[in-house]
Amino acid sequence: MKAEDFDLLSKIIHQRSGLVLGPEKAYLLESRLVSIVRKNNMKTIEDVAQALRIKRDEALIADITEAMTTNESFFFRDQKPFTLFQKNLLPALVTARASRKHIRIWSAAASSGQEAYSLAMICAEESARLQGWRIEIIGTDLSRDMVTRAKTGIYSQFEVQRGLPITLLMKYFQQIAGDKWQLKDSLRQMVQFREGNLLTDPGVSGSFDIVFCRNVLIYFDIPTKGRVLNTISGLMPPDGSLILGGAETVLGISDKFKVVPGEHGLYVPAGAPTQTRASA
Amino acid sequence: MKTCLIVDDSRVIRKVARQIFETLGFSCSESENGQLALEASQQAFPDLVLLDWNMPVMNGLDYLRALRHLPGGDGPVVIFCTTENDMAHIQMALGAGANEYIMKPFDADIVRGKLEQLGLMDA
Ligand SMILES: C[S@@+](CC[C@H](N)C(=O)[O-])C[C@H]1O[C@@H](n2cnc3c(N)ncnc32)[C@H](O)[C@@H]1O
Repeated sequence: MKAEDFDLLSKIIHQRSGLVLGPEKAYLLESRLVSIVRKNNMKTIEDVAQALRIKRDEALIADITEAMTTNESFFFRDQKPFTLFQKNLLPALVTARASRKHIRIWSAAASSGQEAYSLAMICAEESARLQGWRIEIIGTDLSRDMVTRAKTGIYSQFEVQRGLPITLLMKYFQQIAGDKWQLKDSLRQMVQFREGNLLTDPGVSGSFDIVFCRNVLIYFDIPTKGRVLNTISGLMPPDGSLILGGAETVLGISDKFKVVPGEHGLYVPAGAPTQTRASA
Repeated sequence: MKTCLIVDDSRVIRKVARQIFETLGFSCSESENGQLALEASQQAFPDLVLLDWNMPVMNGLDYLRALRHLPGGDGPVVIFCTTENDMAHIQMALGAGANEYIMKPFDADIVRGKLEQLGLMDA
């Protein structure tokens, strides 16, 4: 691939998604774009670049971007954030929101939906203490394909074994084919999925008590990470909680959030009082 | 070091499983059917049993039931690992006292995830 074509394509991908592609990714870009070249009746990547120089084709840009993103996810990924949610964050909210009985949770960059559904399963497990509560769980992702997949709630045998305890599989899924499992309607109804771009239009509005935004900031450069964290902080009350992925932090990136000592991966709005949470 | 008894009539599966569990820090032994596994378990309970279902002489379910009836036999953590992948089999295994269930084919990621949930490994 010509350097000028790589520059153009990586710039377009960065603009749309925040994803940073170093020159060492040229080979990867080339191999992932093969099917897009074909789909658009083009012959080479040069043709793709040329087409984009002539006209800003949003559908083509979306295809190219999605071809480069990593969509890997699994149920109860890293486990600890979900234990934290079940044991600390949810009980604290049950107290703090006792008069409103309404909790809103956002799974940002939800990919194929495992994170949002894991949270829904925890809420279902805790249903005794959530009687009469309204729990909204919203998953958003840049990729239309991922949002469509997430909505179906269908996972392969392999996917339902990564991180999901067998008892929860028995309780909340039905087997729809030998090696395909689907979340039961009651669980699917607890979660909504929408397209949303964290850089431009996150796809949600209002205020979220808990935001899971995991394993997406790692792909961004520092200014982009900062922008996304600012967006999230604008969608969160002063006593909200942000959970990032294991390799992500707000430190040195945004002053809108601060770390919670002793709770790896948990961040709260900078103005929040220090002692109010995670005291369990 | 935690001990793992691998029970499967396929030598290939036993070898693959042993490799995975040894990498995860377990000391492994092997049995090729439920009867031999039961004899080994009576000598010394392993911390963990990885258990196939269909085997000659004594199948995995019968082994599990016999194990759970031994004094102290509720101690070992038992993970079924089988090609039987329908809800009826899974329910039956859990009813007989299995702690987890892996549907073949499996890989190291699946095993690691199950062990983390069972508290046998740090996440
Ligand atoms: C590795 S997955 C993370 C999934 C899940 N949060 C987890 O931790 O398992 C990253 C996801 O981020 C999405 N993504 C990338 N850039 C995005 C953006 N600018 N806005 C929204 N989603 C984005 C990708 O489509 C992909 O599904």
